[in-house]
Amino acid sequence: MSNFSNGNKAIKPALKIIAKSLLSSRLTFSLAVLLVVVVQNIITTPTFFNISITNGLISGYIPDILDEASLLVIVTLGMTLVIAATGGVDISVGPVMAIAAGFCGLLLNGAEYRTEVFHSPYILALFVGLLGGALCGVFNGFLVSGLKIQPMIATLILFTAGRSISKQITHGQTIYVMNPVFKWLGVQIPGVPIRTTIIVSTIILILVVLLTKLTSLGLYVQSVGINGSSSRLVGLNSRAIKFMAFVICGILAGAAGLVGSSSLGSVNSGELGWGIEMDAILAVALGGNMLGGGKFSIAGSVIGAYTIQAITTTLYAMNVRADQLSVFKAFIIIVIIVASSDVFKGKIKRLSLKVFSKNVSVGG
Amino acid sequence: MKDSKRSTISGTELLIKRNGLSKTGVLLLITISLFVLLYVISSILFADSNFAKYSVFFNLFNNKAYLLMLALGLTVVMISGSIDISVGGVTGLVSMVIAAMLMEGRVNAIWTIPVSLGIGLAFGIVQGFLVSYLEIQPFIVTLTGMFFARGMISVINTKSVPITDKLFMSWSSAKLHIPFLYNERKNGTHDVAYLTPAAIVAIIVLILLIIALKKTKFGRSLYAIGGNTQSALLMGINVKRTKFMAHVLCGLLAGIGGLLYTLFAPSGNPGNGYGYEIDAISSSVIGGAMLTGGVGLPIGTLFGVLINALIERVVPLLGIVEASWPRIITSAFLFAFIVLQSVFASAGIKGGFKLLLPEWTRFRSNNKYRRDLKS
Repeated sequence: MSNFSNGNKAIKPALKIIAKSLLSSRLTFSLAVLLVVVVQNIITTPTFFNISITNGLISGYIPDILDEASLLVIVTLGMTLVIAATGGVDISVGPVMAIAAGFCGLLLNGAEYRTEVFHSPYILALFVGLLGGALCGVFNGFLVSGLKIQPMIATLILFTAGRSISKQITHGQTIYVMNPVFKWLGVQIPGVPIRTTIIVSTIILILVVLLTKLTSLGLYVQSVGINGSSSRLVGLNSRAIKFMAFVICGILAGAAGLVGSSSLGSVNSGELGWGIEMDAILAVALGGNMLGGGKFSIAGSVIGAYTIQAITTTLYAMNVRADQLSVFKAFIIIVIIVASSDVFKGKIKRLSLKVFSKNVSVGG
Repeated sequence: MKDSKRSTISGTELLIKRNGLSKTGVLLLITISLFVLLYVISSILFADSNFAKYSVFFNLFNNKAYLLMLALGLTVVMISGSIDISVGGVTGLVSMVIAAMLMEGRVNAIWTIPVSLGIGLAFGIVQGFLVSYLEIQPFIVTLTGMFFARGMISVINTKSVPITDKLFMSWSSAKLHIPFLYNERKNGTHDVAYLTPAAIVAIIVLILLIIALKKTKFGRSLYAIGGNTQSALLMGINVKRTKFMAHVLCGLLAGIGGLLYTLFAPSGNPGNGYGYEIDAISSSVIGGAMLTGGVGLPIGTLFGVLINALIERVVPLLGIVEASWPRIITSAFLFAFIVLQSVFASAGIKGGFKLLLPEWTRFRSNNKYRRDLKS
C-alpha cells in the first residue's frame, strides 16, 4: 500500500511535466490534427493502410498523399525560412514556380511547343530553371533587405507579374515535353518503385534540415526574426540573412516548379502552382510557427503541409467537388487556428483552473 | 521585437515632422502629379483616342467604382496596421448571390442592396472579431475568408448566371449626364460626360470616408493604433474595438463594392472578383498607404485607382494586344512606388538615402552614424 502511494507520488509530477510540455509544445497541436484526419480516414476507408505495387510503382492511400504533398512540402520549407527571418510572407512562390518551369521548358523545347527531342541537355535545363528561381529570390530579397520593404508588398510585384513573365518566356503557349526522360523527376525513374516526387521532397527536406542544424543559419535566422536591430548590434548581418532566406525560398520554389511541370509532362504557366502560396502559408501556421517571425520548426511546417494535403485528399474521397473544397478547408482551418490561438488557450486554462479550484474547495 | 521596430519608425516620423514635411503629404503629392503627368502624356501621344474629352475622364470613375470601394476598405484596414485579402472573394460572392436572387424575378431588386451590404458586414464582423479579440494573424483569417467566399460561390452555382431583372438593369444602365461638360463631335452632336449610379455612390462614400478619417474619433484612433499600438494603448484608446471597427468597415465597403461591380458587369460568374484583392492592395499602396500602418489617405487611394484604370486603358493603345502586359506594367508601377516609399521612409534618418546603398559605396562621412550606433 505504502509502495503504491509512493509510486503514485513519483508518477504524478512526471505526468504533470509531460502533460505540460505536451500542451505547451507547438508541434503537439499539428500532430493531433494530423492524427484526427488519419483516424477519420481509417474509419471511412478500411483500405487506408493497403499498399500495392502497380506498374512497378508503390501505390496506395498513404503514398498518394505523400506524392501529392511533395510540391507543397518543398515550397513550405522555403516559406518557413522567409517567415522566420522576416516576419512576413513570400506570396510569389506560385508564379516563381511557373517562371522556373518556363525557363526549363524553353531550353528543352527550343521554339517548338511540342517535341520529343531535347534541344539542350536535361541537366542544364534543370540548372537554368533553378537559376531562374534563384533570380526571383534575389529580386525579392533585394527589395526586402536592401530597400526595407514589407515582404508581402515586395513579393506582390512578382505575384502579379510572375505568371505574365512566364507566359512571355514560353511565348504564351503551353509547352509539351514528350521525351520520357522529362517525366523522371516528377513521376518515376525506371526501375525505382517509389515515386520520384517523394524521393526529391525527402532529399530537399534533409538538405534544409542539415543547412539549418549543422550550420548556424538556423540560429541566425531565428535571432534576426526575433529582433533584427539587436541582432545587428550583436554583429550579425541581418540584411544578408534576410536576403539569403529569400534566395533559398526562390530556389526551393524553382525546384517545386521543375518537379510539378515534370509530373504534368508540360509547362503551363497559368496553372502550375496555382494557389500554392496560400497553402504553404497555412502549412507554416498549422505547424505552430509564429507568423510574426522568430522561432521556427521545420518539422512543424512539414507536418502542417502533410496535414493540409491529407485534409484535401480526405475531402476528395468524401465526394466533395474541387471547387467546393475551399469552403470545408476554410471551416477546418478556422477551427484549428481559433483552437490554437493564445487568447483562446488562456481562456480555457482559466476556466479549467476555476473548475479545478472549486473541486478542491469542495473536497477540503 | 515589434516595440523596438515601432519606436524607430515613430522616431523617423518625428524627424520628418520637425522638418515641416509630412510623409503622407509627400507620397500623396507624388501620386497625384504622376496621375496628371500620365494623363497629359497619354492625351498627347494618343490624340485620336479622345483623352482630352470629359467623357473619357469620367469613364475612369464609371469603370472602376467597385475597385475604389475595395481599395478604400483596404486603405482603412492598412492604416490600422492590418490587412484584408478577402475583399475579392466577397465581391464575387455578392455578385453571384445577387444573380441567384434575381433569377426568374424571384424577388424585388431593392432587396439586393441590404443583402449585399449584409454579406459584407457579416464577413467584416467575423473576421474583425477573430483578428482583434482572438488576436489571430489577419493574413490567415482573411485568407480563410477568401477561401470560404470562393467556395460558397461555386456552392451556389458553377455556371455563369445572367441578370435580366428590369429594375436592376435600369440601375445598371442609368446615366447621370453632367451639364456643361461636353465636347462637340464632328457631326455637331454633343458628347456629354456622364456618371453611372455606381460612380455616384462611390464618390459619396469616398467623401464620407474622408470626413470620417479626418474629423471623427474613430478616424483619429485608427491612425493612432496603426502608427504605434503601444502608445495608443497608453493614451487610453480602445485598440481592439478600433481594429474591429476597421475590419467591419472594410467588409461593408467590400459588400458595396460587390454591388457596384454587379451593376458594372451584370452577371453572376464563378470567376468574378478573382485577384481583385491584389488590385485593391496595389491601388492603396500606389495611393500612399503603408502596410506598416498609420499612413494613408482616402484621396490618395482614389488616385491609385485612377492610375490603375488609366494603365488598363492606355496599354491596349500601345499596340500590345496580349493580356499579360497590363499586369507586368502595373507591377512595374507598383515596384517604382514601393521603392519611392522606402526611400521616403528612410529619408527621416540623417543620411538615410545613403543607408540604402551597400556599405562599400558609402562616403566616409557616414562613419558618424556608425559611431552613434556603437556608443
